[in-house]
Amino acid sequence: MHALTALELARCQFAFTVAFHILFPSFSIGLAAYLAVLEALWLKTGRQVFLDLFKYWLKIFAIGFSMGVVSGIVMSYEFGTNWSRFAEKAGPILGPLLAYEVMTAFFLEAGFLGVMLFGMNRVGRRLDFTATWLVSIGTLISMSWILASNSWMQTPQGYAIDSATGRFLPTDWLRIIFNPSFPYRLLHMGLAAFLCVALVVGAVGAYHLLKDAKRGASSSEPVRVMFSMAMWMMAAVAPLQILAGDMQGLNTLEYQPAKIAALEGDWTSRRRAPEILFGIPNMDEERTDYAVEIPLLGSLILTHSLDGKIPGLKDFPAADRPDATVIFYSFRIMVGLGMLMLLQGILGLYLRWRGSLYETKWLLRFALAMGPAGFVALLCGWVTTEVGRQPYTVYGVLRTADSVSAIALPGIATSMVAFVIVYFIVFGAGVAILLRMMGAAPHYGEAGPDADAPTRTAGTHPGPAQGTAVGRPGGGVTR
Amino acid sequence: MMSLPHLLPIVWACIAAFTVLAYIVLDGFDLGLGILFAVEKEAHARDVLVNTIAPVWDGNETWLVLGGACLYGVFPIAYGTLLPALYAPIIAMLLGLIFRGVAFEFRFKAHSQRQRALWDLSFFAGSTVAAAMQGIILGALVQGIKVRNDQYAGGWFDWLTAFSMFCGGAVVIGYALLGACWLVWRTDGELQARARRYAKPLALITIAMIIAVSLWTPELQRQYLRHWYAWPRILYVAPVPILVAGLVVVFWRSILNPAVHLTPLLCSLGWFFLCFTGLGISIWPWIVPPSVNIWQASSPPSSQLFLLAGALVLIPIVLAYTGYAYWVFRGKINNETHYH
Repeated sequence: MHALTALELARCQFAFTVAFHILFPSFSIGLAAYLAVLEALWLKTGRQVFLDLFKYWLKIFAIGFSMGVVSGIVMSYEFGTNWSRFAEKAGPILGPLLAYEVMTAFFLEAGFLGVMLFGMNRVGRRLDFTATWLVSIGTLISMSWILASNSWMQTPQGYAIDSATGRFLPTDWLRIIFNPSFPYRLLHMGLAAFLCVALVVGAVGAYHLLKDAKRGASSSEPVRVMFSMAMWMMAAVAPLQILAGDMQGLNTLEYQPAKIAALEGDWTSRRRAPEILFGIPNMDEERTDYAVEIPLLGSLILTHSLDGKIPGLKDFPAADRPDATVIFYSFRIMVGLGMLMLLQGILGLYLRWRGSLYETKWLLRFALAMGPAGFVALLCGWVTTEVGRQPYTVYGVLRTADSVSAIALPGIATSMVAFVIVYFIVFGAGVAILLRMMGAAPHYGEAGPDADAPTRTAGTHPGPAQGTAVGRPGGGVTR
Repeated sequence: MMSLPHLLPIVWACIAAFTVLAYIVLDGFDLGLGILFAVEKEAHARDVLVNTIAPVWDGNETWLVLGGACLYGVFPIAYGTLLPALYAPIIAMLLGLIFRGVAFEFRFKAHSQRQRALWDLSFFAGSTVAAAMQGIILGALVQGIKVRNDQYAGGWFDWLTAFSMFCGGAVVIGYALLGACWLVWRTDGELQARARRYAKPLALITIAMIIAVSLWTPELQRQYLRHWYAWPRILYVAPVPILVAGLVVVFWRSILNPAVHLTPLLCSLGWFFLCFTGLGISIWPWIVPPSVNIWQASSPPSSQLFLLAGALVLIPIVLAYTGYAYWVFRGKINNETHYH
């Protein structure tokens, strides 16, 4: 084992903080959309079950969102602390995109989150509903900007290089934002966020269905409705996600063939290539050991033709190759989980048709086990795309080694240790709180976040907008 | 006629300054409430403290993110040199903000007294550390940062000096004052009376520290001295200390008058505004004193123009709905539990 360099530690630290961070916004993107739908259904149908579910998930949303905010602040400064040379060169392009994200999305989310969480009694249903939708739209806008940034780093265009300083000069902002991989990444990430939440909601529903069945009790309506909605979502989105993943794969083949070669474990470029199902990529010997292959399938998947030519890592100088030993596996975990999600969706449809969706224990256990699968797949996908674009930060133009700050090893090691300790304490506690909340079943007349702690209710009490008696039961639906 | 590459950085320096000021104004009292946990130990009172800002704190902190993003996009050389130079206090500030940010939600979800005490501690310590680090960052910036070839060229602990530590202490006290004045405005009864009591010594110490920092600053860079005392410049910078003194009189009268609720907060915000203006007078046109000015730090005009177009439309909209959110949650907060 060799000692870590400052560059590797800077990468580790960034990967660690961003991997933690990304879980919360993904959860927020999916959950905000779910909440917007639930509130819409409640306003349209007037059915209590939708309000109960809305309030149940709203409380969970509040926790997840706050963790996303605080872990996100770190990200906006870490580009400078860890990657100052990158920031100075690419800042003219990526900085404005980030600033637009803050101005169009972060403020929108933060500004209306308070109203969404605590405002039902103060502003009434319609404005509360508007706030929920604005928060949800904010999460989607935010995702669009950050994916435009990331995609530009993967498939840069619309820039010139300043010969004196080596800085990127923006020449065409539309080409920068709508760079070649942006639409595919946006679609793939958006669907991933929806899947993450569908899987979590499905698992929570399944957990309570199983628990109720064990007690011999019949489950409450909110439990059944949430499980049913999640299973519909899985059936609809899982196949779409596989299509979106395929489209992104084709796009990557066009713009980042080395990444494809590495994640496929292919060393020699060829036509009629097999698909390696499993093996151990060996970077030193330039081969994939113990490969289990299916003939022709590689060409078929990547080019949609049996005769298609696919790249091999030997096409690229050794210094330009991404590390296949990581992304070969991360890619397979992601795809494997995607297939399980598809299976879950299909099984859900089948059992619904048979009329035993809520009673089939093995399906409920499967859904429960799949609860975290969305997040695992999401992280594996990001590892694949980020490790796969190494050794560059701006693909083909700026190397990672030329991006790092001149921070000494002891400094970055100290902060790394601090981040690890703090993140495990804080976000560990947060996840424990979330799990405890999900472990409590939603019930009739579910209270909202404002009524959760007695004193919070007080916070929403005074003021001229206050109407007549509000609050429970019914959780403040009347004014 | 001034050219675009000359004018844009000036406009952006103003917007960036506004962003930082908005952050200080909005998150100052917010962090101050956390600092006041040191003296407000009773559980219900603490709940009220947190509830006065629960619906708006996310938005307040977002100005800090905007500040970072603007620096990144508009003055990338400043972003790329300041952050490595201030690495340790920045990381400590971020970790402090994490502890305090999650405590908002977690402390209400704690299911034992012990757990709740821990999240209360996390709220207090996180707020205090974040405030102190912001002061240290400010002090380290003012005292000067070594830059060579657009990269930070100083050592690991350059930021750590008596001056920066003093600024750290000053910001903690100043934010606590903002927090106390915020409570005078937003609460009533005994809590409000206690907040008035806290505000008095806090205001005295804050003013003393403002005077100390003002006298200390010109010692740090020769340039600063000229910015203040050169003739005829002294004529138009003189109002700054005079206004600070004037606000002391207004503050003192209002804090002693139980019928006045909002004025103490406005006065202390006024002090922050004036200190910030003073800081601007000292370091202008540097952005990384004493070597990088706003033009040297700038990104190309195409970047600044692209972002300016959005900022001019979006920042007013943001301010409008932020105002709306504050308006929705206006009024006194107390812990009479009406619904239970």
